[in-house]
Amino acid sequence: MSNEVLKRCPQCQKDVQVGEHKICPYCNFHFPLTVAERLALFADEGSFKEMSSGMQSMNPISLAGYEEKLKENQKKSSLSDAATIGRCTVEGKPVVVGIMSFAFMGGSMGSVVGEKITQAMIEGALNGDPVVIFTASGGARMQEGIFSLMQMAKTASAAALLEETCTPLFLVLTNPTTGGVTASFAMLGDVILAEPGAIIGFAGPRVIEGTIGEKLPEGFQRSEFQLKKGFIDSIVERKKLRETLSFLIETHTRRA
Amino acid sequence: MADKKKPVLQETVEHIESILSTSQKCEPKSSWDCVLLSRQSGRPGAKAFITMICDQFMELHGDRTYGDDPAMIGGIGMVGGRAVTFIGNRKGANFRENVSCNYGMSNPEGYRKALRLAKQAEKFGRPVVCFIDTPGAYPGLGSEERGIGEAIAQNLKVFSTLRTPVLCFIIGEGGSGGALGIGIGDKLYMLENAVYSVITPEGFASILLRDPSKAQEAAEAMKMTSRHLKEFGVIHDIIEEKSPEETAQLIKETIIRDLDNLCSKPPEHLVRYRLKKIRGIGEVSGGKEWWQPLLEVFTKTKSFR
Repeated sequence: MSNEVLKRCPQCQKDVQVGEHKICPYCNFHFPLTVAERLALFADEGSFKEMSSGMQSMNPISLAGYEEKLKENQKKSSLSDAATIGRCTVEGKPVVVGIMSFAFMGGSMGSVVGEKITQAMIEGALNGDPVVIFTASGGARMQEGIFSLMQMAKTASAAALLEETCTPLFLVLTNPTTGGVTASFAMLGDVILAEPGAIIGFAGPRVIEGTIGEKLPEGFQRSEFQLKKGFIDSIVERKKLRETLSFLIETHTRRA
Repeated sequence: MADKKKPVLQETVEHIESILSTSQKCEPKSSWDCVLLSRQSGRPGAKAFITMICDQFMELHGDRTYGDDPAMIGGIGMVGGRAVTFIGNRKGANFRENVSCNYGMSNPEGYRKALRLAKQAEKFGRPVVCFIDTPGAYPGLGSEERGIGEAIAQNLKVFSTLRTPVLCFIIGEGGSGGALGIGIGDKLYMLENAVYSVITPEGFASILLRDPSKAQEAAEAMKMTSRHLKEFGVIHDIIEEKSPEETAQLIKETIIRDLDNLCSKPPEHLVRYRLKKIRGIGEVSGGKEWWQPLLEVFTKTKSFR
């Protein structure tokens, strides 16, 4: 994987060698990963086949400046939108995978993200293959107005189809997972995992502080907090991701 | 135009009074006018409509897990001889009630009460009617601790496959995920001056326009009125606003007409139709055909093949 590089840790402000898994050695901050880096953590090498790679956002409410914003983000991130989906194998077992990228407009969910996540789930339901989704999102993409809100309904109803067909859905929540993504498919996994220290919640920390008029307690909405409150099953380190997913896939396969 | 030196509140009150008087002449209102009207105190809320529509209504309380959320009303009423489960956001009709109802912003227990009552309705073959009128789910400490995101997510999932007819009416403010949490059904209607959006115009203005005072401009750009949403195909129809009693009568007629139709259909038929409708919302280029795969998945399900 990537060679050791010097980076400024946004959490502890130290210049750090982030190493193979891109983790700050001082404060355990988990840096965001590219899609390729994420896949390398759990997918069998060369097994990933992308689906619907050409899908692009439109401008459904004809908002001034949105198209430029999309182009700018495509250029900056080399991604077509904030989600990448496809098929791969994990220790030989086939899965459908969805990976969200915070680097593209804060991982916001518009029509493309909603459509891709839904397609990944339908693909899993059709073939009975487990679906694994990595979230990273600030929430719904406001630039698409009501259409972005409706993606919550769409992805959640796709999760209902997985339930109805007994197809396993595994979530891995990464920093941050908030807003409309939390209030839809992110909280609907059969098993919900999270990376250490990730912010996971509905309202963003600043919105809550604005409501209650005081600073939030230390660690509020972090993975460890959500584990304690009963909303996630387990916190998984990057180096354990492959074996954890492999175990879950194995134990959620129905045998005759 | 209002004098610039007037206090904002007085200016707003005068503005609302002026649009209320022009509304008699059926002039098209601006998006911002609708935002103000949808939030106006004294506008009939879920409880008022339920009272006007039902011959008899019994309120049911609690989520059986944590508590009872006054910001969400639920219960069973009789409409034209048919038992119907009602669920609605409650803002309260006066200041005291506004405070006790948290201005219509529910905590997780509100959504969980709604879910419990919806499942109860499904079990006993009663249709569900939802009245949406909320600025959004409550973004507070306790709300987060008790999993407001999870509560809304569960509602989206369960309502999308509920095996009984569900009608939704946006009667005032349709605020984001908090509105959607009781907003998935077979038919979605909006009152003429209601609004429905992913974020408040104030929020949109401060985040995207980087200026909270541009809420008016944001409201226009967001296309959040009943007229826009009808054009987008997100809602089925607009219900004209007259006097509260006349509006209630129009809602009641819609409920009776729709339920006469929907209650005669097999539940799996309703669910498939609802899922297809939801599946089709969104605009992308380079997407692939989704119809066939969805139909194929239906054949693999347990309860709505």
